[in-house]
Order: sequence, then C-alpha cells, then structure tokens
Amino acid sequence: MGDPAARTVYPYIPNSVPAITSEMLAAVGAATTDELYDVIPPAIRLGRPLDLPGPQLSEYDLRRHVEDLLAANRPTSEVLSFLGGGCWPHYIPAVCDEVASRGEFITAYHDGERSMLGSYQAQFEFQSMMGELTGMQMVSTTTYDWGTAAASSLIMAIQITGRHEVVVPASIAPVRLREIRTIVGPTAAISLVGHDPVTGALDLDALRAAVTSETAAVYVEVPSYLGFLEPAAAAIGEAAHGAGALFVVGVDPSSLGVLAGPRAYGADIVCGDLQPLGIHMTAGGGNAGFIATPHEDRYIATCPTLLVSIVPTVHEGEYVFEWANFESISYGLRAESHDFAGTAQTIWAIVAGAYLALMGPTGMRDLGETIMQRGAYARARLAELPGVTAPVFDATHFKEFVLRFDGTPLTVSEINAALRDRGIYGGKDLTADFPGLGKAALYCVTEIHRQQDIDRLVATLREILR
Amino acid sequence: MTAKRRQGQLRERFHQAAWQEPLVMHTGRRGRRGVLLPDAGPAIRAEAGDVLAPVPASLRRAEPPVLPELSQPEVVRHYTRLSQMVLANNVVTSLGLGTTTMKYNPIINELLSRSPKLTELHPDQDDSTMQGILELLYRFSAILADISGMERFTFQPAGGSQGILANALMMRAYHASRGEADQRDEMITTIFSHPANAAAPATVGYRVVTLYPGPDGIPDLDALKAAVGPRTAGLMMTNPEDTGIFNPRVAEYVRVVHEAGGLCAYDQANANSILGVTRARDAGFDMCQFNLHKTFGVPHGCMGGAVGATGVQPALVPFLPRPTVEFDGTRYYLDDDRPLSVGAVRSGLGNIGSTLKAYAWVCAMGSEGLRDAAHLAVLNNNYLMRKVLAIPGSSLSFAETNPTRRLEQARYSWEQMSAETGIHTTGVHDRMIDYGVQGYFSSHHPWLIPEPFTLEPTESASQEDLDEFAEVLGRVVEEARENPGVFAGAPHNSSAGAPVREGLRPAMTWHAFEALQGKAGG
Repeated sequence: MGDPAARTVYPYIPNSVPAITSEMLAAVGAATTDELYDVIPPAIRLGRPLDLPGPQLSEYDLRRHVEDLLAANRPTSEVLSFLGGGCWPHYIPAVCDEVASRGEFITAYHDGERSMLGSYQAQFEFQSMMGELTGMQMVSTTTYDWGTAAASSLIMAIQITGRHEVVVPASIAPVRLREIRTIVGPTAAISLVGHDPVTGALDLDALRAAVTSETAAVYVEVPSYLGFLEPAAAAIGEAAHGAGALFVVGVDPSSLGVLAGPRAYGADIVCGDLQPLGIHMTAGGGNAGFIATPHEDRYIATCPTLLVSIVPTVHEGEYVFEWANFESISYGLRAESHDFAGTAQTIWAIVAGAYLALMGPTGMRDLGETIMQRGAYARARLAELPGVTAPVFDATHFKEFVLRFDGTPLTVSEINAALRDRGIYGGKDLTADFPGLGKAALYCVTEIHRQQDIDRLVATLREILR
Repeated sequence: MTAKRRQGQLRERFHQAAWQEPLVMHTGRRGRRGVLLPDAGPAIRAEAGDVLAPVPASLRRAEPPVLPELSQPEVVRHYTRLSQMVLANNVVTSLGLGTTTMKYNPIINELLSRSPKLTELHPDQDDSTMQGILELLYRFSAILADISGMERFTFQPAGGSQGILANALMMRAYHASRGEADQRDEMITTIFSHPANAAAPATVGYRVVTLYPGPDGIPDLDALKAAVGPRTAGLMMTNPEDTGIFNPRVAEYVRVVHEAGGLCAYDQANANSILGVTRARDAGFDMCQFNLHKTFGVPHGCMGGAVGATGVQPALVPFLPRPTVEFDGTRYYLDDDRPLSVGAVRSGLGNIGSTLKAYAWVCAMGSEGLRDAAHLAVLNNNYLMRKVLAIPGSSLSFAETNPTRRLEQARYSWEQMSAETGIHTTGVHDRMIDYGVQGYFSSHHPWLIPEPFTLEPTESASQEDLDEFAEVLGRVVEEARENPGVFAGAPHNSSAGAPVREGLRPAMTWHAFEALQGKAGG
C-alpha cells in the first residue's frame, strides 16, 4: 500500500485505519502489506492497479448509481404480465418477505447443528411439509433449480438401475430440456416422446416403443410446461415400471393443494421448483429445485444434495438436525460421486417453508382452485376473439395454457410488441421452440390476475387483432 | 462503579437463544389461517364452474395435505425465534469458517436487491424492458474480466460447484470442437481443491486424476507431468489452496497441461487474498470461476443463493453457457443463438439478486479498495496466525517444509494438543461456541492434516475480533488440559441439548422419523 496516511478508511474494513494497520504490521514483523506477498513471483503479478469504475465511496452515491441502472428496467409489477413457463408471478405474502430479509438467515453459512439450529430446523420443516405435498418421506435440500433437480433425478435413476437411457416428453420446458441435455447428455441417451396434438396426452404407443431394457427413467411433468394435465400419468408410470425403469415426475408445487401428490399415481422420484411458494421471480433468481422420494436406501444413497436429518437430544421432545449423507456425496467421495453439490439455494427453502406454514391445507387448496378458476375464465374470454384458439389443447389446465393466433394476420412477436406498447406482457412466444403448434404463445394466469386484468388483455388483443 | 467491558473481551457468560421451539408441523389449531388469498369474484366463479370436476381422477387430491394451520402471529414468532437460534455472520464472528470467506455483507446491497425493479423481473421479458439489469451484468462481466484477465463472464451458475461444472463442460465442448472429446477423457485436480473439482467432472463422465501434495504442501509437479498426456482434458485447481499456501510455480503447472493439449481452469474460491495482486491470466489459465458469495461480499443465505461467476479467455467465449449478454452499441440483449455453447446449466438469468450485491460491493470499493481488502485479509490472517500458534499444542500444516507466508487462510493442526489431552478438533469446535463465536471449519475430506482446523479471518474482522477469537481458542485448550470433562455434551450454552445418535438412522421428514421410531419398537 502507498502512503498509509492518505489511504481511504473503508466502512467495511475495520483495520483500514492506518494506525491499526501499522500496529498489526508490527505484530507480524512486516513493514508493509506488500511484504506479505513475497511468495508470489513478480512474473505472475499484475504490476498495475486494477482499472475499475468508481468507486462510489459514499452509500448515497452507491445507492444512486445502482438505482439509476435499475431504473431502466420495466418489471412485471409496472405492467400487466402473463409470462410464466417455469418462473411464475404469484402473490408474495409480506411474512415471506420478512423471513427472507432476516439477517440471521441471510448471513449464515451452515456450520454446527446447535449453533445453527434455527436454520436447520426451518430446512427440516420445509422438507417435512414438501413430503406431505408430494406424498414422499425423503426430501432433499435445494438444488439450483427445477432443471438441475430433474437432471439430478435422472442421474439418480441411472445410478440405481445401472442403465443409460432416459425418456422425456417432447412437451418439456425447452430450458429444462437444455439443462438435462447439458448435465445428463454426456453420460446417457435422451429420447423424446411426443403427445396427442388434440389432448396433449403423451403418446403411449410411442412411449412403449421408446422404453427398453436400457431405460433408466421415464420423466413427465404434471402440469406440463404447456399447461395441460397429463391424463394417463398412472399408465405412464406403469409402462416405466413394467420395463424396470423408474418413474420421475416434475411438479409445480402450487398445484398440490388440489392435485394429488405424485406418489399417489406411482412416482418414484418427484422434482420441481420452489419459486411459486412465496419467492419473487427475480428473472429466475427465485428458482430453486427440490427432489422427493420414498424413504429407501437406494434413493438416500444416490440423492445428489446434502441431506438434513433429525436427531433427538438429551431432552425429550427436543431435536437438532444434521447432515446425514456427507460421506456418500462429493464432500466425502470426491471423484467417486455423481453430483456437483455445494452452496445452492437454501434461503428459498426457508422462505418456502414459511409460505406453506402460512397457507396451510386450506390456503393451498384455495390457491389451486382460484388459479384454475381464473384460467378457465381467461380461456373462455380469449376464445371469443376471432382467429384465436384458446386453449389449443382439449384438456384440463393448471395455471398455463397455449393460445394460438393462426387465424390472425400477425405473428406472436408482433402481437407481443403491440401488447407491450399498451403496457401488457403477452404470453411466452412458442413459435421457435414448438413450431408444430403454429403461431402459439404460453399464457400464465395466477391468483394475481383479477377479472378486470383478464378483460383488459382480451380488449387489448381485440383492438390489436382488428 | 464505572467498569466497562472491553471489545474483544472473552464472553464468559454467553448464552445463545434456546427457544425450545416445536416443529412448525406440530403447532397451530384446526381452522386457523395465516394469510387469505384474493377471491376470484362472482363472474369468474360462475364462468369457471367446478374446476376440479374435470381433473382426471388419478390426479385429483383425495385428502388435503397435512400442513399446519397457523395464524399469522404464530408464523411470525416461529420464524423469528428460529432466526434467533442462528449464529449468523451478522451476529457473531464467523472467522473460523475457513474456505468460506465470511466477510461482511453490506446492508445497502440487501436493500438494493429488494427493489421491485429487480425482484419482479421475468426472465422471458423482452430485452428492451430489461436494459438496466442487462447493462449491470454486461458491466460486471467487464469488471471481473479486469480482475481476472479473462475475456467474458457468465453469471448463470448459481453456486461455485455449478461454475466448476460449467468449466468442465466447456473443456469438453472445446475438445469436441477439435474432434478430441472422446480421446481427452481425463480431468486432473488436486486434493486440496474443493471436492467439486473432482466430482463435477466425474458427473459429466470424466475419469479424474487427483494430485497429492509434496512435502511442501504444494501439488507434486512430477506427478502432474506423469499424469498429463493425450487423454488429458484439463486441470482444475485452486491457488492458494485451502491450506493458504500459494503455489509460486503455478504458471509452470499450467504450461505442462497446455503442452499436453489440455485446458486449465482456476477455481478462484480462495481469491480474496489476490484481488489486484495476481490474475488467472497472469498464470496462463484458460478459465476461472469466482464465488461471488465469498470474495465479493454476497451473503451465504445458509448455503445459497450464490453465484459461481465463470469467465473464459477469448478462444473459449463461444462455449459459454447461453444466453450471453451482448451490447450492440445502443442496446443490451440476450444472445441465444450460439451453436458452440455448452447449453444451459441453469434457467433464467441466474441469481441476479446476488450478482447485483457483488456488483454493488465492487462499486463501493473500487480498484484501491479491492486491493486493500485483499491486503488486509492477508494481514488479518497473519496476525491471527501468530496468536493461534502461540497456543500450546497447535501447529501450522507444512510449517517446517514450507515457511512461505500463508495468504488469506491457514490450515492448522491440534495433533499435539490432542495427543496430550485426548480432546479432538471436533471437541474444540463444539466448546468454542460456548464463548459466543461460530465454530470453525476443520477440513474437507480426506483429512491429510491430522486434527485439522482452517481459519480465514477476511478483511472484515477487526483486530479486537481476532484477539477475542484467539483468546477463545486459548481458553478452550486450557480447558482441554485442566477440565476435559467440560467437553462432554458441549456446547452447553447453545440452542439445544446434546444430540443422541445411538441407533439412529437418517430421517429427512417427520413422517420418516416416526416410521423409523415405530419400527425400532418405540
């Protein structure tokens, strides 16, 4: 460092006061902090100061700088948005924001089952409640998102069966498929099975043809990415089991107050995303995956996240919680494991637990019901628009549905641009990812969409499509 | 009486909150509600009818989920009490958590990250409506490029291990582009690098070769030379390693791998000591990842949301996960049309809330501030080391064979103390919590250093914090010699009594626990 007296005293660095630095340097027997780096050879030293912007030394200047940047965003809260597809707009109860902003949760790491009892207990409670929703008794800690949870579930099935093929539906979310291809693709073959163009139901004949003695898992999503409910989920599970494969089901947990936990229709592994449970979208930052299975050794041994387990204490009725599988994942096994566990999205498990505790069984049922009611209303109104098919699939829907604009002269992109000009974010354009659906868009309707919001969308589309 | 307690004084009567809080599933009363949802209204209800009737029977929920039924004050108190039973970084000094870089997480960054301008963004919004966050990501990539000497960064990986995974995938994609993906099926790493450097490549199909340290604690260069060859995809390593030892010949290691046709990835989880001092590029690395939740002031969130910001040299930019953030001179946009990309390791734009906090941290510090942070982290570590090594029975790993300065952290051993007292490093860990500090990190596995402990004070620790922490360790070791009985069941002043693990099997839900207890004849 240069002249100590001219240095900035940084509020985040207690010992940046020159007198303190000097005192500590004396204690370690060095004249300057540069001396502490004598191990780094000059040849690999930077040799110049970094060339960074700023600094914004005062908190006020920093705040203005960041807020000015963010001002250029036009978030969904400033418009009427129908975007979903894996990152969904829901009402976030104020209590969830309060829990999410507790410094005790935000600034903790993981050490110590007693010194960190509160966060471990919140994690275990979340696991127990997710077990109730999914019908499972073993629930993981968080993965990075649904896509990594799905990929990890498939890798579990590969480990358990010793087979190297997986079958997934062609209706899967494109980004999820991309994650599965990226993570599972190097070690397993991935085959896609199509669906009935009218009902969306998975093509069972094609499924039976795709499932072989090499199939480790069949994966489906309920509800599907395209919003319809798979009517033959149980039969798909039977087809998988008949071939000795595991049945993996991806779910949106906000549906599980009204829809069955996938264990009820034969799922061996359930995965999904916590974001709908009280977590802000944050352009995907709110996504966090989970994995749920029966309480069986084969799942516990292959689950690729740290697992938090309950432990009694010397006091009756008192518990602490600790990692149960440290030795069986990469932390213990290094290259002999099949995971990339590490810091993932734990803060969202705590918030999702608080959400479920607030909602209770009645809240979760109300949530599912009101989402379905609003969706039904939206589809009925949208179907009245000339040239618009709503919904494309003749099926029961949850939260999302496909709109088709084939009878109109405009492309989805043009329609969305016109909507945007009028303060509405239309549904996600499916034209590129699902060319077979025509000029299609995925619309998401949740408990935040009021009747007047849906009516406004319909009126605006009517005006645009005229 | 005007006696004052001194900052840094031992907290003899510390006691953590111990609420004896029941599990939330076991609280509440039938019928209570924590929050009410908006009703759809009569028009929608009439139009929709019975929405559950058409649900296929096998998908209909037969029984409501067994969730607790709580009023709002009960929920708020429960979670507030739980939060009080967490010795978080905002509450106690956590400088014992080596490898984790528990630095201060500025409150202003938390406030900024809660802006609806950020939290209410949807990843599929049109680029024109996300110019602010795209500009921030683009700028931050350039900032990290200057800090590392890399060309471009992605913020998609939501953790350090996921960044390591992205690097392994990019190596594969690079070799595939040269028709060598099948031939180059081996990844080399070092035993003192984070376990993910071995596990993530193994997960995507690599055979992993692990280098062990020589007598000086540095990965054995001859072993590396013997390991490389036509099958080498690359090298994944940290420097300084978790021992705090910096490998001064790192450029030579990189050269050996390059000469064999492999690539080199720098796991910069331990970058806090070298900001503005030396860069990944200076040693020749092709790629690197920074853990923004360590080095760049982003909180750990009990283990996430984190960011493994991953950067590459120009030749590897085409392989970055997609979409990337681009700028055409007037507007920022997401580029998804990247045929050589490894694909996606995560959905959305990544943990942008955490990325924003890291950006704000750099903005507040600037070039000099980053360098001062690094220098003072190293000074803090060396100051603490003097005090720790003055405690009888402690030693520094590789002290005799490698007298170079440890940088931002150091791995120590209680081997001698343990032999003399029978108290192990785990016992010290548990007992120190009784003095109001977070327990320390021992070591990743395997424990090559006997009775290990790893301390990393960061620049955020005050001199008083360091003095207090060393005094706690000194007191605990005194107790090991004079009152070893106190270790049984410690910590005594924490949130709960000692765990009883006898005959216990793991249970990750209450249901599983009940079932196992029932089976055990309970």
